[in-house]
Amino acid sequence: MQRIGVFVCWCGSNIAGTVDVHAVAEALKTESGVVFSTDYQYMCSQAGQDIIKNAIHEHSLTGIVVCSCSPRMHEATFRKTAAAAGLNPYMVEIANIREQCSWIHKDMLSGTEKAIILGKAAVAKVNLNAPLTPGQSTVTKRALVIGGGIAGIQTALDIADAGFPVDIVEKKPTIGGKMAQLDKTFPTLDCAACILTPKMVDAAQNENIRIYSYSEVTEVGGYVGNFDVTIKRKARYVKEDICTGCGLCTEKCPQKKVPNEFNLGMDNRRAIYIPFAQAVPKVATIDADYCTMLKTGKCGVCAKVCTAGAIDYNAKDEFVKEKYGAIVVATGYNPISMEKFDEFAYSQSKDVITSLEFERLTNAAGPTSGKLLRPSDGEHPHKIVFVQCVGSRCENCAEKGKEYCSKICCMYTAKHAMLIRDKYPDTDVYVFYIDVRTPGKAFDEFYRRAVEEYGVHYIKGMVGKVVPEGKKLLVQASDLINGKQLHIDADLVVLAAAIEPDKSARPLATMLTASMDTNDFFTEAHPKLRPVESPTAGVFLSGCCQGPKDIPETVSQASAAASKVIGLLVKDHLTGNPCIAQSNELMCNGCSSCERVCPYGAITYEEKEFRMPDRTTKLRRVASVNPAVCQGCGACTVACPSGAMDLNGFKNNQIMAEVDAICKM
Amino acid sequence: MNNTELKKEILRISGVNVKKCMKCGKCSASCPAYDEMEFHPHQFASMIDNGEIEPLLRSDSLYRCLSCFACMERCPRGVEPAKLIEAVRLTAIRKQGANRMTADDVPQMLDDNTPGQLLVSAFRKYTK
Repeated sequence: MQRIGVFVCWCGSNIAGTVDVHAVAEALKTESGVVFSTDYQYMCSQAGQDIIKNAIHEHSLTGIVVCSCSPRMHEATFRKTAAAAGLNPYMVEIANIREQCSWIHKDMLSGTEKAIILGKAAVAKVNLNAPLTPGQSTVTKRALVIGGGIAGIQTALDIADAGFPVDIVEKKPTIGGKMAQLDKTFPTLDCAACILTPKMVDAAQNENIRIYSYSEVTEVGGYVGNFDVTIKRKARYVKEDICTGCGLCTEKCPQKKVPNEFNLGMDNRRAIYIPFAQAVPKVATIDADYCTMLKTGKCGVCAKVCTAGAIDYNAKDEFVKEKYGAIVVATGYNPISMEKFDEFAYSQSKDVITSLEFERLTNAAGPTSGKLLRPSDGEHPHKIVFVQCVGSRCENCAEKGKEYCSKICCMYTAKHAMLIRDKYPDTDVYVFYIDVRTPGKAFDEFYRRAVEEYGVHYIKGMVGKVVPEGKKLLVQASDLINGKQLHIDADLVVLAAAIEPDKSARPLATMLTASMDTNDFFTEAHPKLRPVESPTAGVFLSGCCQGPKDIPETVSQASAAASKVIGLLVKDHLTGNPCIAQSNELMCNGCSSCERVCPYGAITYEEKEFRMPDRTTKLRRVASVNPAVCQGCGACTVACPSGAMDLNGFKNNQIMAEVDAICKM
Repeated sequence: MNNTELKKEILRISGVNVKKCMKCGKCSASCPAYDEMEFHPHQFASMIDNGEIEPLLRSDSLYRCLSCFACMERCPRGVEPAKLIEAVRLTAIRKQGANRMTADDVPQMLDDNTPGQLLVSAFRKYTK
């Protein structure tokens, strides 16, 4: 028989305002096994925890029930309290009488009644609780960073700096990501390449960092501290260790008509290419979709001109298997497709461009060498219209746009407008906005400078349509402040396209069993208190894969993720979760149902000898759970037809006891 | 009907949730009849939300709207201003004697340039 203590928390007025806490404590006193029951203003405070500790000693308690907030909030706190008083921490149960009770009820009577029911259910469960001891596992002291943009680079540099080896897997031929494509950065207007490329070089030269460029993660197994990852190194047909990056092949390649993705297709590159001058690693890559030699077997110019002998037309994809203790996701973002926004004529006119395309047009290393020229005829535009929130903050256009604010557009548009007015004062710049959102250090000042010093015309209102007519783009828009409909004959229209997570994120999340929201952004373990960890143990989040972010925010989050990884890797052993599945071998019939539903691959089968009643032995196939891999999700216990599979801490009889306690009312 | 009831009625007829409007003005930016209208599509949304229905009921704007639905098509929030305008128009013409067109008006509108179908649909739309 258990000796149970019940502790009802007021949570200030959070609970006590809608639940009669004295009545709850009083009602639970008479429950089976309860020997002590009390209430207190803040159970989680030091004084509250002392009440629990003293009661454990004075009444020789074997189990406790805390009626308080969600177990997500303070279960760990109260388990520690119990452990400090010598009680097994898994003898603690939480009845959530705040989120599930006081916060959703307005009426004291019904709130109290429900709180008592929840308390009784928890008491019924503790009566069947058994002490549990978590297992331990080792930690592989190496981290994996998936994505080599500024987020991935910063995370890798910080982890490497702490002395741990770290691998970056980047699907493109070079690291650098979106930041490498940008011209200047707000709000200080430093040149993006000038601050990014030194970091890229640092990453390449750091002896703790290994860069797998042109590679993708194809398989993830294992668990926190011991992930088994398969990395596909796509064939680049150039030997990375031999190529000197001289670039001769990229000049001589006769296939000149390949759209250059680095410049967003605004110019062409060769079939063998180095994405940009400061690429890391600076080695050439052959684009198999366009290379004449790979497609028809006739050419071979690059191999002839390569003095280092780095070209290898017979290269094949290679697969590398590696063990990691922690994984950081830094898969970044992309602008959404503008194809469906017919009203802005993006598909009809070359002079309607996205903001990222604009970055390339003003970049000194871009297709126009930094001269702002119209993509259609190469002329200097004199009237430029910027349209904000294209595809952001959409409610009804889920198939076209996104419901969220993309966060970075207000600031980069202010930057673009300012840069144009600075370089070309004869150009009129209009920015159509719904709201100008500038919550960031020195952000509003920056936007005001665009208006006050640079004379950018900010107009509150949205653009309704853009119609190409001759060399002009007729823009019809609202000016809500002046109550007018405007008609502007623009030379160039720039759309602030919403941003979305990279397409590789969804399959990656499946591989990692990491959760995502409906927009395919990775969800964090807690939106405020654990913002850089995924709910999946050992998986961390860095940069825009978690939500839209600008560079300063991305870098902060990248460093935060790195510090979390370092905190994990310095440990020699990890304490597991003892609430894991356990199979009763005598009842298991070896049907494999549990193995099929296990999302973690924690269940295997073994042939075991059993003694039969007639003293013979029989070989039977039974399930066995790997305690280090099992996450305690309980899927197997539901799937098991014979009831052999049970979850420690949430055993079937415990759940039924809770249900019974609730139904008795 | 007082304004609160009028507002309720218009919201009921249109099935529009005006609270979804984020006041971007894309409806009015798309409107081909903008210069003909005293009140513009975005104003319908905010005035109805504020319960300022009487000025809308009296306004010629109700009959200037072409019902082209460009505002509905372009609205990023799914507010559907054209349905609001339609609902106010219905409220106006449902009032006794508030018909915009009567059968007697039709003969003088007949001419060689106006398709008969146009008059038929106008008659249906602007008459109780």
